Amino acid sequence: MSGRYLAPALIGLFALALALAWGMDSSYGAVLVTRAAILSLAAASLSFLIGQAGLVSFGHAAPFGIGAYCVLVLGESEVRNILVVLPMAFAAAAVFAVATGTIALRTRGISFIMITLAFAQMMFYVASSLSAFGGDDGMAIAGRSTFFGARILRSDYQLALLSVVLLAAALVLLEQIAASRFGLMLRTGRETEAKLEALGLDPFRHRLVALGLASGIAGIAGALLANQVEYVSPSSMNWHMSGELIVMVVLGGTARIGGAVIGALVVVVINEMLSPFTEHWMFVLGLVIVAAVLLRGADLRALLRGTGHG
Amino acid sequence: MTTALLLSQVLNGLQLGVILFLVAAGLTLVFGVMDFINLAHGVQYMLGAYLVAVLVAWSGHFGLGLLLGLVCALALGFVMEVLVFRHLTRRDHLDQVLATFGVILIVTEGVRMIFGPAPLALPMPEALSGAVEIIPGFNYPVWRLVIIAVGLFVAALLWVLVNRTRMGMLVRAGSTHPETVSALGVDIDRLFLWVFAFGAMLAGLAGAMAGPLVSVEPTMGDRIVIIAFVVVVVGGAGSIKGAFIAALLIGMVDTLGRAFVPDLLRAILGRSAAATAGPALASMLIYLLMAAVLSVRPAGLFGRKAS
Repeated sequence: MSGRYLAPALIGLFALALALAWGMDSSYGAVLVTRAAILSLAAASLSFLIGQAGLVSFGHAAPFGIGAYCVLVLGESEVRNILVVLPMAFAAAAVFAVATGTIALRTRGISFIMITLAFAQMMFYVASSLSAFGGDDGMAIAGRSTFFGARILRSDYQLALLSVVLLAAALVLLEQIAASRFGLMLRTGRETEAKLEALGLDPFRHRLVALGLASGIAGIAGALLANQVEYVSPSSMNWHMSGELIVMVVLGGTARIGGAVIGALVVVVINEMLSPFTEHWMFVLGLVIVAAVLLRGADLRALLRGTGHG
Repeated sequence: MTTALLLSQVLNGLQLGVILFLVAAGLTLVFGVMDFINLAHGVQYMLGAYLVAVLVAWSGHFGLGLLLGLVCALALGFVMEVLVFRHLTRRDHLDQVLATFGVILIVTEGVRMIFGPAPLALPMPEALSGAVEIIPGFNYPVWRLVIIAVGLFVAALLWVLVNRTRMGMLVRAGSTHPETVSALGVDIDRLFLWVFAFGAMLAGLAGAMAGPLVSVEPTMGDRIVIIAFVVVVVGGAGSIKGAFIAALLIGMVDTLGRAFVPDLLRAILGRSAAATAGPALASMLIYLLMAAVLSVRPAGLFGRKAS
């Protein structure tokens, strides 16, 4: 399958899975599709950062969690309209990313990885200290988001549909941006910074915009997650979450943004298939990850095709 | 604030600092010599605590258990390097982050399968379990003093090893000019093997020393490794001296922050606001410190590489 058709094929897969779940009247299936779509959305946004801009953020759980907290905080003040909640989740996560990014982007390599982790840990502790919103334990949201009072997300199918639609929109948007002049500049800056500077272009501003955009999308994913589990806690901002998102992105390969979706699906499928049999499914996931890296590097699709880099 | 309280918190900070140094030493050397990001270094700390806990219970003697545990930790370091880590040394950082995250999952879940999620008991030796009067009217636990002494001793030993031996010379050279060292005929892969295993043993020692104070459980390494990374990055990746200074600095800042920031905030903000903001701000202090250091010196305090 050529890479061009990867994103449409994945969106088709999600649509098919959702149709199947609806046809079989399986709300378990709908929840599974929703979770997979949400994680795919967050992973795709991180893939844009890592694969296109070369920014290995180890703190992507922060914007994800900020989006989730937006649902909780707004809900407590009786704001549940989805046309307010989702844009606010995007904006709050993007503002966080731009504010911390102005400092983080001064560093490279391991320092960037660690400073993004540091900012995410700070947000984790901030969230843990919000005693009005459950502190360490977190708390249940007042209710799922509405559309001017209409409870459009009441059933799991509706939420699954919204998640899949937003995932599709994000994939199309991110691929368009990656293919644009802006995306080209990000990739050029990833390889050779001097080239851009020689052209009089400032990679810092492009990276900051990329950081804001990707984090905003992660914020929307977090808001969807809060709607799905109807509960928000600081653990969604833990560094393990950031690590898992990196796992998804790199497992699926960073050459295409759709790769992150494959990685997310691998993680979700391993989780779903094994957790009925053993509580130690993370052990198997660890084995898969290490094997994938050792056998070729980290590109599962390339591994399946038996070729090199995807 | 009494002198005794301040002194006890300073000693606590020093004790946390040397534990952090023991963990960060291996981490920073592995990064310096091989440009390797090892997220899984925390599992060596956790494994050290488990090994020593099991061997102390088996042998009935703390010293013997500790010694055997350290040998096992060193051996495990060799095994893990041969099985996994040596295949990652020439990969990019992303692959290393991914694979070592996988190693964390495998080892953490593996330990949970064998020992269960409940904490294991690692009692400190009877003779060192008391408290000693440091200044009149102020007692301090002997075990924490032992940790400080062991930590400082290992730091001095490392200093001699790195600055006064041929092996240390190679490590120093390898951390700044790996290509040159390699071109001069030094087998840098073997150097990495030794540095990795030795670092694993030091982390194991830290876990064993801290074991009686914290609970020995599968996720104990997760918490320490992130702080150890903060130490490495603040000190300057690859620098033992930087790791030592940053470890003590961060140990102090974290301990004193947790002890005094809530009180300080209460004086400024009033009781109710401080009750929530205090602990959060105290937990954030080391990350604030790291962000501040990196924004001024992106390569860390003693970083030689512009990483």
